[in-house]
Amino acid sequence: MIEISHISKSYGASRVVDDVSLTIEAGGLTAIVGPNGAGKSTLLSMIARLTSPDSGRIAVDGLDVATTKSDVLARRLAILKQDNQFAARLTVRDLVAFGRFPHSKGRLTSEDRRHIDEAIGWLELGEFGNRFLDELSGGQRQRAFVAMVLCQDTDYLLLDEPLNSLDMKHSSAMMKLLRRAADELGKTVLVVLHDINYASVYSDRILAMRGGRVAFHGSPKDLMQPEILADIYSMTIKVHAIEGHRFGIYHV
Amino acid sequence: MADGITVSRTGLSRPAVVLALLACTAVLSAALFMTIGARGDWGFVLAFRATKLAGMALVAIAIAVSTVLFQTLTQNRILSPAIMGFDSLYVAIQTALVFLLGSRQLTSFDPRLRFLFEAVTMVLVALLLFRWLLARHSGNIHVLVLSGVVFGVMFRSLASMLQRVLDPNEFSVLQDLLFAHFNSIETELLGASAIVVAVVSVAAWRMVHALDVLALGRDTAIGLGIEHKRMANTLLLMIAVLVSVSAALVGPVTFFGLLVANLAYGLLGSQKHAHTLPAAALIAVIALTAGQAVLEHVFGMDTALSIIIEFVGGIVFILLLLRGAYR
Repeated sequence: MIEISHISKSYGASRVVDDVSLTIEAGGLTAIVGPNGAGKSTLLSMIARLTSPDSGRIAVDGLDVATTKSDVLARRLAILKQDNQFAARLTVRDLVAFGRFPHSKGRLTSEDRRHIDEAIGWLELGEFGNRFLDELSGGQRQRAFVAMVLCQDTDYLLLDEPLNSLDMKHSSAMMKLLRRAADELGKTVLVVLHDINYASVYSDRILAMRGGRVAFHGSPKDLMQPEILADIYSMTIKVHAIEGHRFGIYHV
Repeated sequence: MADGITVSRTGLSRPAVVLALLACTAVLSAALFMTIGARGDWGFVLAFRATKLAGMALVAIAIAVSTVLFQTLTQNRILSPAIMGFDSLYVAIQTALVFLLGSRQLTSFDPRLRFLFEAVTMVLVALLLFRWLLARHSGNIHVLVLSGVVFGVMFRSLASMLQRVLDPNEFSVLQDLLFAHFNSIETELLGASAIVVAVVSVAAWRMVHALDVLALGRDTAIGLGIEHKRMANTLLLMIAVLVSVSAALVGPVTFFGLLVANLAYGLLGSQKHAHTLPAAALIAVIALTAGQAVLEHVFGMDTALSIIIEFVGGIVFILLLLRGAYR
């Protein structure tokens, strides 16, 4: 369970997250949606202790993220940010192996190797294991990073726009994978998405933000209503039910 | 990032082979330095050269380790502690000392006392500055480095202002203090420096896995359980100590660290700190001992090594810039 109470964060004069309080239950897949600059990524960063809030408290399973040791949290919660660039030249397998650092501190055991193989298998990266990251396409690289956080074997999995550099096929495969991570591995998945239709189809709960505040927190069915979407996105979005799912049409 | 270097896909073997070769070459260059052109009383020559060798090895290790640590912390291959204003700080302290005390007074001090004073001042100033910056900018490494550049310019301007008003005789003494002398190492300082370098190197060796994670960047490192702020502070302290030791032993050196660190990355084809730290240190030892042996005993030159190293280092720096290695 993630408890967020009275969290605020400002950058200079602009208040990015404004007195947000909410509770995210353990289990299932929660999507965070909202227009640009709504504070979605900042909220995710603060839950993962990458950004410290100006005020308020965040607790994951009762552990205050501001005061709990970083490596204790790293065994409970994994985060993947949007831009992942670094100077080091690594193979896919090297990168995925870093996911075991919180458990093994760099000395890999056979148990660690099992987790690494499993994560590489889950993301269908078997044939790329020994390839260098800079030799891969953006989508393959993105999947390698997801394999790393999966390999971290945590109860909570936080992803900031994981569909960003993926084509349609891999986007939908990624969402199915996150769904399986929640259903089969019992993880609590928290994912920032731009496409409300992926959120509508794959998530158990949706958290919509606007102007640094929570505009909606509930089931996809309740969110996908023309009036509610219009209020969040300040635009007209028609909603159609197709094969039991609700889709927002905003392209025309 | 096009390295232009073919890397063996089998993994483990190549870094091990490179490290073994480097170790052999280092031993060979040390032997060369000890024996080449030796005449007369062998007991005296060997004892004399051994102290010089020890000093050069210490400086080599200090510069190599501090540069690799700094490049990991800043995630940048073309930075070295010199860019943080560390060596300008050394110049400023030396100038201030000559200015305030006079060269005669200064050179009459026990060199160990002077070394201790210089090292402590450098570490204190560097830490005060960077702790304050770190607290203000919560570990934003780019602000930190930019501030380092600005402070470097400030220290240098301060020094050159003092140098303007200095007596010409005093100025010539100061000039001598400010050039790197690999062949006139302060032998009285060897014992203390050896202990300091050993302690910091062992500390770095115990951190190799955490350093590998730190190289992935702040956010990923925190996500994997690194206490980023504390680790950055510890590394800055270690770097400040190492730079003060090498500056006090031989004077300021700007591009040497850059040269050996990048040679190490290129030769190894691996970025694991368990490989890069010892490789960079070994390359530094080879460059200094072999270079000094050849210059001193083959060409009969005296102080030119630092100039040659800085010249080659400067060229490598420009090449790295052109190849975009800073990305």
